[in-house]
Amino acid sequence: MNILEYIKDHTLFLDGGMGTLLQAKGLLPGELPEAWNLSHPDVVTDVHRAYFLAGANVVNTNTFGANVLHFDEEELDAVVCAAIENARRAAEGLAGERYVALDVGPSGRMLAPYGDLAFEDAVEIFAKTVRLGVKYGADLIFIETMNDSYECKAALLAAKENSTLPVFVSCAFGEDGKLLTGASPAAMVAMLEGLGADAIGVNCSQGPRALRPVVEEYLRYASVPVLFKPNAGLPRVEGDKTVFDVTPDDFANEIAPFVKAGVRAVGGCCGTTPAHIAALFDACHEIPPAPLTKKTDTVISSYTHAVFFGESPVLIGERINPTGKPRFKEALRAGDIDYILREGLSEEEAGAQVLDVNVGLPEIDEGGVLCELTAALQAVCALPLQIDTASPEAMARALRIYNGKPMINSVNGKRESLDAILPLAKKYGGLVVALTLDEDGIPEKAEGRLLIARRILDAAEKYGIEKKNIIFDPLTMAVSADKRAALETLRAVKMIREELGVHTSLGVSNVSFGLPAREHIGAAFFTMAMQSGLSAAIMNPHAAEMMKAYYTFRALSGQDENFLDYIAFASTLGKAASVPAAAPAKKEESAASLREAIAKGLGARAAALTADLLKEREGLAIVQEEIIPALNEVGEGFEKKTVFLPQLLICAEAAKSAFEVIKARAVNKSEGGGLTVVLATVKGDIHDIGKNIVKLLLENYGFTVADLGKDVAPERVVEEVLRLGAPLVGLSALMTTTVGAMEKTICLLRERAPFCRVMVGGAVLTPEYADAIGADAYARDAMGAVRYAQEVSESL
Amino acid sequence: MTALTVRRYLAPPIDRREVLRYAGMRVPSAEIDALLDEVLRETEELFSFRVAHRAFPISVCGDTLSLGFAEVTSCDLSRALAGCDGVLVFAATVGGEVDRAIKKYALLSPAKALLLEALGSERVEALCDAFCADVKADYAEHGAAVRPRFSPGYGDLPLALQKDIFRVLDCERRLGISLGESLLMTPKKSVTALVGVKGELL
Repeated sequence: MNILEYIKDHTLFLDGGMGTLLQAKGLLPGELPEAWNLSHPDVVTDVHRAYFLAGANVVNTNTFGANVLHFDEEELDAVVCAAIENARRAAEGLAGERYVALDVGPSGRMLAPYGDLAFEDAVEIFAKTVRLGVKYGADLIFIETMNDSYECKAALLAAKENSTLPVFVSCAFGEDGKLLTGASPAAMVAMLEGLGADAIGVNCSQGPRALRPVVEEYLRYASVPVLFKPNAGLPRVEGDKTVFDVTPDDFANEIAPFVKAGVRAVGGCCGTTPAHIAALFDACHEIPPAPLTKKTDTVISSYTHAVFFGESPVLIGERINPTGKPRFKEALRAGDIDYILREGLSEEEAGAQVLDVNVGLPEIDEGGVLCELTAALQAVCALPLQIDTASPEAMARALRIYNGKPMINSVNGKRESLDAILPLAKKYGGLVVALTLDEDGIPEKAEGRLLIARRILDAAEKYGIEKKNIIFDPLTMAVSADKRAALETLRAVKMIREELGVHTSLGVSNVSFGLPAREHIGAAFFTMAMQSGLSAAIMNPHAAEMMKAYYTFRALSGQDENFLDYIAFASTLGKAASVPAAAPAKKEESAASLREAIAKGLGARAAALTADLLKEREGLAIVQEEIIPALNEVGEGFEKKTVFLPQLLICAEAAKSAFEVIKARAVNKSEGGGLTVVLATVKGDIHDIGKNIVKLLLENYGFTVADLGKDVAPERVVEEVLRLGAPLVGLSALMTTTVGAMEKTICLLRERAPFCRVMVGGAVLTPEYADAIGADAYARDAMGAVRYAQEVSESL
Repeated sequence: MTALTVRRYLAPPIDRREVLRYAGMRVPSAEIDALLDEVLRETEELFSFRVAHRAFPISVCGDTLSLGFAEVTSCDLSRALAGCDGVLVFAATVGGEVDRAIKKYALLSPAKALLLEALGSERVEALCDAFCADVKADYAEHGAAVRPRFSPGYGDLPLALQKDIFRVLDCERRLGISLGESLLMTPKKSVTALVGVKGELL
């Protein structure tokens, strides 16, 4: 019987620890246990057999670390083949349902951006092991002990793309009830079910009791069977041995209540033995399996937490979108991802719970930029994302690398749209925003929109997408064009919620188009929509009127316990406008105080004073006559060692705030036209603070910086230099081990871009070293880099 | 060889002067002091303090050392371990949250990013100091002595030894530290080191 059929009516018994048992048989610390499949097949088979005899239905092959990072491909083939054979042999002659699971553990490497393993490389590493598991006849794939949601996604994707076998996924939660990289149980359930895991759960890290809250959350949110494979308590050192506290009987007694509560597969991890599994079997095999219940939560997740759609409306920040924003468009064209990231962080700060991400500009590679931005956002911002693109190709790429369960914006009732987007939603698991329009446009009446919504639900069902994973946007129209437009949209919200039992989302801003003082119309409409049952709004979290509508609605409709959120919000009102405004002074005074604000590192004041000065003077004049002299003074102090690095930085930040004000005004005019400098931390190196400081200073001095980030391959540097025709490259390396990569980059630049000069810097470099690897200049510090860039600029 | 053990620590006291020194401040400044206060306030919950360790008997033959889990040739290490009977190998980390926070600060305020980098370095060194002080006291109680810690990459001790240390301390699983292709550690604020022991291993 297929294991998925079997688990429908039975509690599945899993095996216990392998590593500790092999150590008892002589496995040395640091030795690869997987190699024992070949060198000690009988020992491995005996362990499996003992678990089968103890009552296990499933044993995991001894392949926890069997991947191409630890074995070459030929060895790996032999290891996986032997491992499956050992487990098969252990089941010979035994009655009952016995399954062999291909065990897949973490790669041992950290994924980018924190480590250096690219997501697709991780997928390929797991795929190689999975394909061997299929080749040698495993019954299922058991991904376990995952402590990073992103790596877990890579492994599950590899399993789904390279086999049709059932896939179980188990994670290791820490004492704080979260994965090492921060994910909550609810976030993991959302992502793993979305990606099509057949059973999910928890293993390793702690004993049964400590993991209770985590398992309870799994049971609360999971529709698929939940598995549980804890340690025999915490490890303790006794002499030169590691022992575990929980005895077989205690272990069994602690797990039995979980089985009663609905856990459908149980076994053990570190420190558990066949005796633990035998006791577990005795204690639990007569407990009738609790029925599996389909959960109906509409939920999305980030790498840290889940966001549920329900009573309280979800705020989706709309600011990452170029429409109508010249400064944003310019940032997109210039590849200035940092500017966009700051937009996102400020939305998070303002109270957004989800970020819509749209980078649709005709002249850029939308898929590439969308992926880059998605990756960069999820490195610094904990909010779930709503991927917003009209291009199915860009959508597919972004969904693939998203760390969690995203929102997908959007599908509509057109055949073409349904056929392009729904398969992606099925494969990658997301909450799909469905617009109620089709080939004939947007129906004027709510009834028409409801009809389209029904059709979309039918289509989704055919693709295997449940209705909880669809959220309808019945479309906000400008009320100035049709006085009944707002009312029809609100009726549609109510009908869809009540008649179809699904959630709704609206982009509320449109309603006020063409009217003065738009925020008042928008806020009132938002309140009406929430009263009609709206579950989410795409809105501007910086719009004070919208936030007031949100907090007051929640307070008045019983969603804000003890009015805590409202009171916290009320305390912020009025404070926002208290930026130290420049006193109305003579313009010479403003100018002098701007220089002083920069010298003291007062960003908000520098910005306010610059805005003031802009009323009288050209931006370029302010830069040349005020900002640069102020910076020069600080820079010279730094060179003379009377000003130190943190001080240099706060001044540079203040100058940057002033620049931003000027840039916002002058966005459509041509840029200052400073020399373009390409910056990168070289391949293999993940330290970028020095490079970031150099970037800030160069920008301050009017240079255009193309920042390629860290761990950058030589080819990528050359490609960018050629694309931009950049006359100068700055390379940084912190470690001796990565200076080789720096030298390689310089060689490749000499060969393909001989016009370009190279400056280098970083902790391990010296002028002599720089010379030896063929650099044109050594920059001792950030000011050194600025001085050399100025030199190059003058020589051109 | 002793069993692999993981110890957790509470936050050691913060040495502000050390943090400012790491950040490159040579003289006091009210603005930077205020900024550091802000960073300390915002990152209070960020750090966790964990050390994994185990000890091995060693044998030395010229500059080639058998560490019990690896063989290594290093003139500097053999000097550091001269006369020792064993070596305590350890890995210490203050966790990965700080890496993420540095990245976020880098976007919003490079000066705060610099201070947090410095704070992270001070934190992991303080953790190593606390751990080494404990080790020294434990061994002293048994009439044994320990030497100052020595890390891969110091002097002529090859960084490649990291691979062996990671294997023998099971760093990925026990501490959540992983080793990149260029032998850099993630989280960044992590340290591995060897401590010479003269006397019986505990």
